[in-house]
Amino acid sequence: MKMTGKVWKYGDNVDTDAIIPARYLNVSTPEELARHCMEGIPGLAVIGMTASPFIVAGENFGCGSSREHAPLAIKGAGIACVVAKSFARIFYRNSINIGLPILECPQAVEETEQGDQLTVDLQVGTITNERTGRTYQVPPFPAFIMDIIQAGGLVPYTRQRIEAGHLACQTEIKGENL
Amino acid sequence: MGHTQTEKIIAAHLADGAGTVRPGDLVEVAVDVVLSNDITAPIAIREFERLGVERVFDPARIVMVADHFVPNKDIKSAEQCARMRQFARAQNLPHYFDVGRMGIEHVLLPEQGLVGPGDVVVGADSHTCTYGALGALATGMGSTDIGVAMATGRVWLRVPETIRIVYHGRLRPWVGGKDLILYTIGRIGVSGALYKAIEFAGPVSDNLSMAGRFTMANMAIEAGGKAGLFAVDETTRAYVDGRARRPYRVYQADDDANYAQVVEIDVSQIEPQVAFPHLPENVRPVSQAGDVRIDQVVIGSCTNGRLEDLRVAAELLRGRQVHAGVRCIVIPGTQQVYLDALREGLIEVFVEAGAAVSTPTCGPCLGGHMGVLAAGERAVSTTNRNFRGRMGHPESEVYLTGPAVAAASAVEGRIAGPEEVRR
Repeated sequence: MKMTGKVWKYGDNVDTDAIIPARYLNVSTPEELARHCMEGIPGLAVIGMTASPFIVAGENFGCGSSREHAPLAIKGAGIACVVAKSFARIFYRNSINIGLPILECPQAVEETEQGDQLTVDLQVGTITNERTGRTYQVPPFPAFIMDIIQAGGLVPYTRQRIEAGHLACQTEIKGENL
Repeated sequence: MGHTQTEKIIAAHLADGAGTVRPGDLVEVAVDVVLSNDITAPIAIREFERLGVERVFDPARIVMVADHFVPNKDIKSAEQCARMRQFARAQNLPHYFDVGRMGIEHVLLPEQGLVGPGDVVVGADSHTCTYGALGALATGMGSTDIGVAMATGRVWLRVPETIRIVYHGRLRPWVGGKDLILYTIGRIGVSGALYKAIEFAGPVSDNLSMAGRFTMANMAIEAGGKAGLFAVDETTRAYVDGRARRPYRVYQADDDANYAQVVEIDVSQIEPQVAFPHLPENVRPVSQAGDVRIDQVVIGSCTNGRLEDLRVAAELLRGRQVHAGVRCIVIPGTQQVYLDALREGLIEVFVEAGAAVSTPTCGPCLGGHMGVLAAGERAVSTTNRNFRGRMGHPESEVYLTGPAVAAASAVEGRIAGPEEVRR
């Protein structure tokens, strides 16, 4: 799956309050959240619907809250992929779980500037910067995480496991008290 | 090679039967408690329903707390709470906590004995790591993970490397758990423990009260940590025994456990700390804060909303007045903390000093309600994050401190150390 487009570049430690300020956590659909995506960073336009498809950022992207509203807002804003030097761990899980592609590639981040044109191939794990002509190979996800991604997120992945009889889910209430 | 406390707890909870694990392994574990709140539960419930499962795996293991935007701040928040309440009723969840019986989740769950040593706890709230203070492996996740865990009783985990942080020396007056953790984050940085667990150790942390331990474990996430654990000792047992609703198990790190890093900290020179905007790692000793005028003080939260924290604040506010230019908001962490503070006379101290006392809520910590900041305003807060716009307008500022500096600053109208007030 190949994607091409322009880059919005951010620095280190972009936190979840920057991605989606808590005052908007009283809603939970990607469309509503997208209207306020990155609103916590003053001076930068809200990504909105005219978005560039790539966010490129520094270390610890998505640090802070566990709010899944953050990757949902980014996905809802039409972002195809986030490339960062590193991700905060809850944001990383959330992105995989909801099917927002994320790639860790410090060197690509180092050599990418605001407005650069990138081509990302998720299948083979490459990022190409059209301005510099450089291509970066991203280490593949572990097989287990690849399974979640290929299923389309954690919920469809779990559904498949339940339907295949690999997971027994409760249909009766247990009597045990905590 | 031995194992860390974190590795042992994970190994004992492997979904396919206990075994051994190493850092980097991707494993599936059976969870003891699954937590969510009024802003994360609605998405978790949506994902739970998408799974097509009828019932949660065990109603007694699901905890839901209405604490973030309660008492409901607006119609949308009310609808989110209603969604959670309806789900809790439909699923017959015995541990659903609503206004009047609730508390800030991470103060409430330990107090109610719902989490204990050796547990694996997952919560759709990043400060779930608080329960590491009890020797549990507790970690924050997103709503989808929690929706799936409610259905299956399982989550996937990457077994983390562990950083051991050892505290030596003698604590100076007015220095508590908050100062230690802020100092630590200043040392290792906001991504210093990224993807890793922290184990707090050494004579100082061994002597720390449970309240101090909860405060420290609570902010492990502020260093990027997956969890922050304390060893289980007499202090833990004294707290847990009589509260725990289930038998608990103790897992201690082996002497030859393999740590990714060991950080040694001498606390003897540590003053009360202040984290300047806009990252928890921007810490300075309070004596080097300079002249920072403030508009608001918040004392409370999952970090510092326990009785011990309120006692420290009351000690400094007793017989004094909150500065005329400051709004001081005090928020007991739970109904029980509120009641205890009331019976001890602390609430009277706060009201007489000119502070506002609120029912338990996360409200101001995340700029939700009950103390939102205007452009250009500055707050000193005992909460855990000072990101840009965290408590309101993107051009407001948050300075993180413990309760002593917060109370002293409320009196002085600027960032001030407790000694300045006591002069």
